[in-house]
Amino acid sequence: MSEEISTAIKLPRGLRPIIPAIEFKNVYLAFDEQVVLDNVSFTVRQGETKLVLGGSGTGKSTVIKLILGLIKPDAGHILIDGEDIVPHDDQELMQMRRKIGMVFQEGALFDSLSVYENVAYRLTEDGIDDNEVEHEVRRMLRFVDLEDAVDKMPIELSGGMRRRVGIARALVGNPSIVLFDEPTAGLDPPTARTICELAIKLRDLEDVASIFVTHEMNNLKYLCGEYAIVDRKGNVHFKEEGDDLCLINTEVIMLRDGKIIFSGKDEQLQKVDDPYITRFLRGK
Amino acid sequence: MGPFLKLLSELQEIANLVVRIVRGLRKSPRYFDEMIRQMDLIGVGSIAIVCLTGFFTGCVLILQAFPTLEYYGQEAEAGRSVAIALIRELGPVLCALMVAGRVGSAISAELGAMVVSQQIEAMRALGTSPVRKLVTPRIIALILTLPLLTVAGDIFGLFGGGLLARQLHGLDTNVYITSLRMGITIEDILGGVIKPIVFGFIIGLVSCHKGLTTDGGTVGVGRSTTDAVVASSVCVIIADFFLSKLLQGFFTSTMF
Repeated sequence: MSEEISTAIKLPRGLRPIIPAIEFKNVYLAFDEQVVLDNVSFTVRQGETKLVLGGSGTGKSTVIKLILGLIKPDAGHILIDGEDIVPHDDQELMQMRRKIGMVFQEGALFDSLSVYENVAYRLTEDGIDDNEVEHEVRRMLRFVDLEDAVDKMPIELSGGMRRRVGIARALVGNPSIVLFDEPTAGLDPPTARTICELAIKLRDLEDVASIFVTHEMNNLKYLCGEYAIVDRKGNVHFKEEGDDLCLINTEVIMLRDGKIIFSGKDEQLQKVDDPYITRFLRGK
Repeated sequence: MGPFLKLLSELQEIANLVVRIVRGLRKSPRYFDEMIRQMDLIGVGSIAIVCLTGFFTGCVLILQAFPTLEYYGQEAEAGRSVAIALIRELGPVLCALMVAGRVGSAISAELGAMVVSQQIEAMRALGTSPVRKLVTPRIIALILTLPLLTVAGDIFGLFGGGLLARQLHGLDTNVYITSLRMGITIEDILGGVIKPIVFGFIIGLVSCHKGLTTDGGTVGVGRSTTDAVVASSVCVIIADFFLSKLLQGFFTSTMF
């Protein structure tokens, strides 16, 4: 059934079709009288980041909840790796969620568990061997540069540290899809930059498909304008796109009242002559 | 939505929760560690207040009943009167109300805080069922510990009654114990244990439901905590009536 629904790109004979990591097809959702998403369609390929922009209450976070199967659409199809998840029951959704990492707005760390236990949560639930768990947890905490906080409790962490632990927790198990729900909201600019760098590293170095919900313009600037490379010594550097290179693995969609009013590259977004978008981008 | 529809909708949600609990019981993981931890928190943590409540309930029963028994010349039946009142009714109900206040509120507040801080969503996003991980262990822990707590409360109540009868009214301890043993039947004890099992299920179910349906931030947590205690206490008292009637019919030889 999913083959009929999927808009996988068909390649010449002998090559396998490219199946998008995430695909929304005519998704409609309403709570009572209020329409939250109206005929929303988009795709996210492997290694691509889709920035979802929009004001408060425009349905940005709902997109993420739909991908996780936390809520079901009233109509339309949502495909993860070519598989329609709308008809899935709870058990199938639980299995599907294991290939998705989710970073919440405030981190959503489990208060009663230490940083180590939070990051190890998914592996512990799967009954993985203790040594393997420790190795993976330390690797992930190194990735977010928080190895020193391994024994701390969430209450002892700053807002930025909580988000970074949330990212480490989301990345355990090497998910192929990572969802960010306003991960930089309320953070100071350097910490917000660090979070964006982590998202760029995931996109460019780990080939992760991601959705980055935000309403902050700095996130747009970093994610659409910079890329990560690794030098011969293994150090990661961030470079800005320019005349030599234009990033094609990051796109923007903008929501308004549950509808997509823009979909494309950031350069196209800047040129759109729409009063709502102009006001959103420039604040006036 | 009118109050009647709201009530129906809430009953539907509770029924759904029960179905998910039952379905979850058949699948692993079953979180035995969490269940043991909850039994410790609920059972061991509540034993002091339950015993204290039981002790003073036994005392007040003697205080109120003894003059009447004395009037009819039935002082020797003091033990029986305390035993019947305590084991059949007051023990299970008071213990359940104390646990609803202490544990029901804690469960609702904990789950409610997890909901508003997105921890429940995070748990689901990480592929864990909150019903199996959080709700089922708490309800099973309540079902297992509440009868034990009730028995402990009953024992302290009987002890308190006997102590007051001797100290205040000079009743011989042997007379009290003999009357007590003559007054209790096996049906009394069975009824006194069956009731807390049902009450434990009710308290757990209502508190978990209220906690998981919390909305409106920290104010919502406070509201759901209050609702959990009030709703579970009222449900316990209503269920007590129907259970008493049911057990009365079941154990026809006794007067429940």
